[in-house]
Amino acid sequence: MNLLEKYYLQGKGKLMAGIFVLVVLLIISTIAFTGCFSSGKKSDDKNTVTVFNYGDYIDVSVLKTFEKETGIKVKYEEYVTPEDMYTKYKSGVINYDVICTSDYMVEKMMQEGEAQKIDTSSMEYYKNIDEKYLDFCKAFDPTNEYAVPYLWGTVGILYNTKVIKEKVDSWSILWDKKYDDQIVMQNSMRDAFMVPLKWNGISLNTTSQKELKQAQSLLLKQKPIVEAYLVDEARDAMVSGDASMAVIYSGDATVAMEENEDLDYVVPKEGSNVWFDCFLIPKTAEHKEAAEKFIDYMNRQDIAQKNFDYIYYGTPNKAVYDTLDDDTKEDYTIFPEEATLDKCEVYKYLGEKTDQYYNRLWKELKSY
Amino acid sequence: MSRKVLTTPYIVWGAAFIILPLFMVLYYGCTGSDGSFTLSNITAMADSVHYKAFWNSVWIALASTLICLVISYPLAYILSKGKHRGSGIVIMLFILPMWINFLLRVLALQVILSKTGILNAILGFFGLPLQKLMYTKGAVLVGMVYDYIPFMILPIYNALCKIDKDVIEAAHDLGASARVTFQKIIIPLSLPGVISGIIMVFIPSISEFVVADILGGSKVLLFGNVIDQEFNVANNWNLGSGLSIVLMIFIFISMAIMNRHASEEGDNMLW
Repeated sequence: MNLLEKYYLQGKGKLMAGIFVLVVLLIISTIAFTGCFSSGKKSDDKNTVTVFNYGDYIDVSVLKTFEKETGIKVKYEEYVTPEDMYTKYKSGVINYDVICTSDYMVEKMMQEGEAQKIDTSSMEYYKNIDEKYLDFCKAFDPTNEYAVPYLWGTVGILYNTKVIKEKVDSWSILWDKKYDDQIVMQNSMRDAFMVPLKWNGISLNTTSQKELKQAQSLLLKQKPIVEAYLVDEARDAMVSGDASMAVIYSGDATVAMEENEDLDYVVPKEGSNVWFDCFLIPKTAEHKEAAEKFIDYMNRQDIAQKNFDYIYYGTPNKAVYDTLDDDTKEDYTIFPEEATLDKCEVYKYLGEKTDQYYNRLWKELKSY
Repeated sequence: MSRKVLTTPYIVWGAAFIILPLFMVLYYGCTGSDGSFTLSNITAMADSVHYKAFWNSVWIALASTLICLVISYPLAYILSKGKHRGSGIVIMLFILPMWINFLLRVLALQVILSKTGILNAILGFFGLPLQKLMYTKGAVLVGMVYDYIPFMILPIYNALCKIDKDVIEAAHDLGASARVTFQKIIIPLSLPGVISGIIMVFIPSISEFVVADILGGSKVLLFGNVIDQEFNVANNWNLGSGLSIVLMIFIFISMAIMNRHASEEGDNMLW
């Protein structure tokens, strides 16, 4: 081999390598952009249903019995916050058939045309759902066509009766300097802003920038005495005694109270947020029929009962409620009194503009 | 060609998980929500909220790098001398935590630092007043130092071990005192290790956000938290990417400065 040939071959080698790299890049970017990596899109199997739910929010044995009874395979995935869910859903990597999420997110997805109508008339167990709760759901789903309520609850104050001797019945206690470094606030935008809004008798669905700004200034005033902004860890902090007051979801409160009997939960007299987690079927669902079967199954009395026993949030299922003993029915943490519930509001989606304003205020609060 | 085939896995990996994401960040960072070209996501850096969070991050990253360095250098020096029988064990002790997931280590710190935690229990046992340790900037700093200190110790230790004993002996023969030897020989020769240690601690800590969430109780807003919020809560990938670009540029510049400094020192150390 002479020198010329050698150089030629070397050059060719480089060229080939260059072309090779380019081709690989091209293939990969095509794959990435069309989303062929996704398992959801590839499966043509009619007999599966892909479910996306909050973490630890179902009695998993229910999934097994569903598979056994219907022969439909369940692919089950979990997320932490509705925003996480939305980001993942929007990325389109997996086509979910059933998504369980909260009221305002249901509304956002409805408005964006991401939810499709659910055929509730053909559902065998839909009638188990109490009309009362369907009325509540009309706040975000006016015709009750897009969302089937799964569980509901309130937001309130969980407090340690050993430390806090006075009566807790108002949000104002969260601004009491006596309790410096003992207060845990919710580390999620709307739940944090809900507190000063309701305290001042303002709707938690206000879109008035002035009112939101006022709420922010109250939160800024509160920040120095706040121990931490937490979500799931709030419960642990209360149980261990690291904090003596926390803004928390009723379900977390129930669990915490079981673990530490000094704890008590109250929905303040000014009212609060009542939330509904609902099933919806997204636009991109590929197994609508299976999805409807799954949702219907969740409403069957014995199944709803299992989930209620496991999660201990309020169930909208009348058939389950009727079988409960009086102690549970009168457990105001799970089923608050009508008078309290009357003052509570469901979150509504506030639109892009207010959403952005909220984000802005939240960042300012955190960076302060 | 045949040898080049061996690099294929890396090229595929790099293209899919380094090059492509980088281009996506660039694309999102330079476009608005409607897809048109704009620099507003990058100039948003001037916003006081972002600005403040950024300096918070720089401050914490610098502090944790400095603390790591101050702890690591003497330790690595002593260990590299190798006179102590336990030095292998000590090195092992610093590597051992790296086998455990970093999140678990942060959660373990939570158990130690919290109000009802182990440290306060010890203080209480000796009748000392309880300290607020958890959910402070200090806690975030402790978490970062704890997480990243192995990345400082190991490169310095390696650099120190590589120093030829003959060079040190020659310095002594030529009448240099121990102090002068340390200043003129050991420090300059170990500098490459120090530099890579600094880079390996500074860069992950400047983009840190999980530690700030867990140990800072989300009361301390770092730049990483802002980017995280833009992606996961506000769903504004454009702004998130724009701010990521700013962070990347900052990291590139600081690395360039470090490298230039290193090569200048490198010239000095040879002659």
